[in-house]
Amino acid sequence: MSVASITAPGKRGPEWLTIPVCISLFFLLMILGMAVFGPMILGNGNELNPMMRLKPPSAEAWFGTDNLGRDIFARTVSGARNSVIVGVTTAALVLLVGGALGVIAGYFHWADMVLMRVADGLMAIPGILLAIALVSLLGGGLVTVIIAIAVPEIPRTARLLRSVVLSIRELPFVMASVSVGSATHKIILQHIVPNAIGALMVQATYVCAAAVLSEAALSFLGVGTPPDVPSWGNVVASGKDYFRLAPWIIAFPGIMLSILVLSINILGDQLRDQLDPRLTKRRP
Amino acid sequence: MNSFVFKRLLSVVPVVLVVLVTVFLLLHIGPGDPAAMIAGENATREQIEEIRQRLMLDRPLLEQLWLYLGNVASLNFGESVYSGFPVMSLILQRVEPTAILAIYTMVLSILISIPMGVWAAWRAGTTLDRALVIASVIGFSVPVFVIGYALVEIFALRLRWFPVQGYKSLADGFLACIRSLTLPAITLAFLFSALVARIARATMLEVLSEDYIRTARAKGARNRRVLIVHALKNIGVPVVTVIGTSFAALLGGVVITESVFNIPGMGRLTVDAILTRDYPVVQGVLISFSFVLIAINLLVDLSYALFDPRVRQ
Repeated sequence: MSVASITAPGKRGPEWLTIPVCISLFFLLMILGMAVFGPMILGNGNELNPMMRLKPPSAEAWFGTDNLGRDIFARTVSGARNSVIVGVTTAALVLLVGGALGVIAGYFHWADMVLMRVADGLMAIPGILLAIALVSLLGGGLVTVIIAIAVPEIPRTARLLRSVVLSIRELPFVMASVSVGSATHKIILQHIVPNAIGALMVQATYVCAAAVLSEAALSFLGVGTPPDVPSWGNVVASGKDYFRLAPWIIAFPGIMLSILVLSINILGDQLRDQLDPRLTKRRP
Repeated sequence: MNSFVFKRLLSVVPVVLVVLVTVFLLLHIGPGDPAAMIAGENATREQIEEIRQRLMLDRPLLEQLWLYLGNVASLNFGESVYSGFPVMSLILQRVEPTAILAIYTMVLSILISIPMGVWAAWRAGTTLDRALVIASVIGFSVPVFVIGYALVEIFALRLRWFPVQGYKSLADGFLACIRSLTLPAITLAFLFSALVARIARATMLEVLSEDYIRTARAKGARNRRVLIVHALKNIGVPVVTVIGTSFAALLGGVVITESVFNIPGMGRLTVDAILTRDYPVVQGVLISFSFVLIAINLLVDLSYALFDPRVRQ
């Protein structure tokens, strides 16, 4: 059982639409709305206001202000954009590259050995450290951050896909296709990939959640998104030295980060339960 | 048994090589001249040239790699560009807090997560089980620094049970040291025990539906005996595996936690080195962390023989 499968007694509607899933969808839509419209309505919250330094939450500044008098509410709402972009793009990048490498390793024995040894090696370097090193070497910026977060995630996804492909290629309909002489690319595109999509999508949700966390961690350590772009990690980092005086600087973006990652993980769990009938049956 | 150990030991070689080559190449994948990058923006032509000579960046790439591998093999990670000290001695100075924090977190997490996971599986479907499942998802969804600052706010600033930040070394006394690391260890234990408890619960559920558990119950064994003697041993392999694979996340968390709690460990060394562009130190730390990770996963694989007699044959 996962959180997502918790239901209210006597409820109606589709089986997958459980209470946690509804709450997660609601928060995801809210954060998506913040990401799309936030910067348009509230700007990027970079306006300095020396008269309003380190003010606690009030009617004027709902989430308080930071040490430069910047409005935490505006920065938190607009910061959603950065997290959403990093999460979605990283997941897409990892899915494409890791998925392709996984299919190649799983289907072609000649590539398997080399690719998996490289994957083992890369997975032996703690991901966040590799990402920090990559950002500092490639220089800051959104694209670099996405690449740096994606690189440590790719081997894990490739490994997972490889094991999925290995089991699919032993299935009778794939064997049949091989024995009637179908072209290799046709077998891969028509039989292997469609059957691996489910596992890939579940993996994508986890990568997305991990990417959001990694971006926040990088920005928190001062090597992530450039300081002029509001991002939740940046806002938390700006509150680092003032957390005794002004805990609200850290609290609000921190809560948003937690909600976003939690929602993605819960939806990922639900997707996994939905796609893997064995898990559902085993559920007590 | 011996051939199993030997094969596993041998499989470390390519992993170590890939790590070393990757870390070596890191310096060379960036745009521009590595020597100029290390020297910084205000360096003169002579300074850049001097660094190029000293770090042997003027030699062909393969020769540099060969020299690098040779140096690492003799545990020589070069010298810090910033302070001039050997990287190895910088790492050794900083290893104590990080090692104690990692071990403390591991002990704490195992003590919390395995009983919780087992208990949740035993009471599967109850409110308690659901609460634990929710707690576990929250545990690995909430960023480490958020948990860290929340704990500081509650237990250090309000209740004053623990110091807010800083580290007392073992030389100041064991208890003082443990006290200064308790909040950081709890912070990391949230993440780590969430991962372990999830797996412990899932495997326990599977084990409890096995025939030998039914047999044990049928012959009248008590609940506690069924759980501890018959079931617990069989969740060993997956649980130890997840401890090994999550250790990478733990080390990543250590870097952030050290920054939150102002602990002068290897994580802070890494971040400081990155910010001052001290690449030999960055490389040294990356390699050291990776070697620890490789060693942990080697131990994990070897421990399978403890839990599963089939591996021994």
